[in-house]
Order: sequence, then C-alpha cells, then structure tokens
Amino acid sequence: MKIIISNQSELPIYAQIREQLKEQILNGQIPEGETLPSIRQLAKEVGVSVITTTRAYSELEAEGFIATMQGKGSVVLPTDNNLLREQYLLRIEEGLSTAIETAKTMGMSKDELTDIFHNLLET
Amino acid sequence: MMELLEVKNLSKHYKNFDLKDISFTLPKGYIMGYVGANGSGKTTTLNLITGVLKCVEGDVRIDGLSREKGEQAYKEKIGYVGDESYFPDHFKIKHIRNVIKDFYPTFSKDKFNGFIRKWNLPENKLIKDFSRGMKVMLMFASVLARDTKLLVLDEATNGLDPVMRTEILKLLQEYVMDGERSVIFSTHILSDLEQIADYIYFIHRGRTILYDAKDELIENFLLVKGESAKIPPALKKELIGLEEKTYGFEAILPSDKAELLGNAFLFEKPTIDQIVIHYIKSREEQ
Repeated sequence: MKIIISNQSELPIYAQIREQLKEQILNGQIPEGETLPSIRQLAKEVGVSVITTTRAYSELEAEGFIATMQGKGSVVLPTDNNLLREQYLLRIEEGLSTAIETAKTMGMSKDELTDIFHNLLET
Repeated sequence: MMELLEVKNLSKHYKNFDLKDISFTLPKGYIMGYVGANGSGKTTTLNLITGVLKCVEGDVRIDGLSREKGEQAYKEKIGYVGDESYFPDHFKIKHIRNVIKDFYPTFSKDKFNGFIRKWNLPENKLIKDFSRGMKVMLMFASVLARDTKLLVLDEATNGLDPVMRTEILKLLQEYVMDGERSVIFSTHILSDLEQIADYIYFIHRGRTILYDAKDELIENFLLVKGESAKIPPALKKELIGLEEKTYGFEAILPSDKAELLGNAFLFEKPTIDQIVIHYIKSREEQ
C-alpha cells in the first residue's frame, strides 16, 4: 500500500487518499480481506489530520470498497464485477466528457468529433 | 465524555485590548491550530486555558474539570510549551529533573531520560548555553514525561529548523494517537503545521473570525487571481481581502460564489495562511 500526497493537486487531500486506495484495491495491489491501517495510524504515517483520513475511509466505505468493524479495523471487501464495471464506466465518461468540452471550446462539429473518435478506435 | 477541552464565552478586558466571547470545543484525540496575527489575543487565550491568567468571564473545562474544582488536578492535565524557555538559565538537566519531580506527581524520570537521550540533549551544559532548538526539545521532554491530557503550545515551533519542526509534528501526532489526548497550538504562521491540524480557530483583534474543521475551511474558500480590470461589480462585492497588485489581483472567495467567476480568472485551493492573510486585510479596511 502506498499513498503519495501532492500539495499542488486540485483534489483535496482526503480525495487523494480515497482515490489512491481505490486504485490499489481495483488493481489488486491491496488484496481483498486485507486490513487497512487504522484511521489514526494512517494520519500519522501520511502526516495529515485525523479528520482527513476519517473522511477518506468513510467515503470508501460508502462506495462499498471497505467495511469498518468495531475493534477489527477497516477490511477491504471483495470488488464484485458490477462495482469494477461502474468505476471503469465512470472513468470512460470522464475522459470522453473532457474531449467533448475541448471540442466545444474550439467550435468543432459533431461529425468532425465522431470522425476523430472512429479514427482513434481503428488505430 | 467526548470533549477534552471546552471553552465557553471566554473574555478578558485590558486597557487597550479586549478578548471577547471565545467559544469552542476540542474533542479527545484531535489537534487544533489557534491562529491569528501577532497581538490578536492568542497568548491571552492560551494563558486563560492553562490558568496562568485568572479566568473571570467565561468558562474553561479540561476533561470535564474546571480550574476552580481542583487547581492541582487541573494543572496536572496540562503540558505547556511556550516560545521562550521557562527554565532558569543557570540550571542543568539534572536540576530540572529534580524540580519537576517535586511539582508533578506523574513525572516519570525514565521517560524524561529517554527523551534526553533520543534528542541528544547535553546533561552537563547550562540551559543558557542551549540552542533555541535544544531548549524547545527540553520543554517537550519535561512535558511528555508527565501523564497529561492536553498539550498547549504557544508559538512553540517558531524559529526551529525544518528537521526539528518535522520531529515535533510527529510528536504531536503520536500524542493524540490513542484518541484520549488533544493538542492546541497557537501560531502566526501555520506552514507545515497546517497538515496535521484537525480544527482551525482564527482570531483577529480579540474577536473570532473563523472556526471550523480545517478541511471544511479549505473547501469553503477559493484563492482567486486575475486581472483587476476584469472584475465585474457582482464579483467584487464577494471577494474577501482583495489585493490589487501591478500585474494582477489576488483575493479569497467563498466557494459557493464560484459561479461569479466565469472563465476570466484563475482559482485554486487556498492554504489556511492565505485565507488568514486576506481576511485580516479585509478587516483592516473596515
């Protein structure tokens, strides 16, 4: 498990921690069933506030990546395929939205944009 | 009992200065940064908390206990580190060890000696020959060797080198690790301390300006930059502490007013110091 905090990032620190843990859970670097460090342990290791790590964990919990049990700590849940699919879908949509926004800014037509899209798919 | 420190309507009147209605709570296991410019009332507040100043108006409780209920038990709960050494110049470490032992029953010689060794503090030098950093670490050693509940730090990391500051950040995080003890520190410049603070209380001229969880504060504001000439009147009204420079302006904007920005300006996540600077500027202009 690794967490690298950037002060330059536009993402708040709790979101950086959440995203990095999510990434490592999705690609299997942090395996299912693994116990994560406690909220306070993580805050100390990363050098951030307890409120920050608390928020990162509670959002991971809400999204179904981890479960926190009293006295047992936070455990990585099995990533079922739907969850995985949903996360990838979200990323594809984000990537495409950025492209569409850029196209709009420069006044590109729908057809031109779909041409680029098809051309890229072929390569 | 979740709150370690409760401060209610704390006020203190001086001829030229008023501290007015300071109120906050600090839960067990958390760290608060008490920030403001020099002369804003930070030290007065901390002295009222530690009991150095008599608290006439308002109420302070540490771990549920007020000072009036038991002076000795109250003081035993507090560890204080200031920006100046409170040890006599002609003392050596062994003298300090003996004196603290008499004052505080929970003082552990073994713990104290452990810190002295860990930080390579010289047993045989007089305190007056200690460097500023050594004096600060000696204060931390004497405080951490006791069984306290609240660390009160008044500008304690001023003038320390980055290596020592990092060491102290770790110490503070270790102190609150078990979720039973808390830290309040005052500073006029947060810099690296900002990272570990859970809560921020910001005062100016003895009055409360902002008090919130640090993460909330950072999310509630944007640091905006751009060309002064392009600021529309609707936006100008909302900008806090607008600072116009030759080649552009800088100000703070509440995040919920972000739609006023359009595409003409640069905005980014502020640091607490930036929020403080612009708020002070806006207050000075009033």
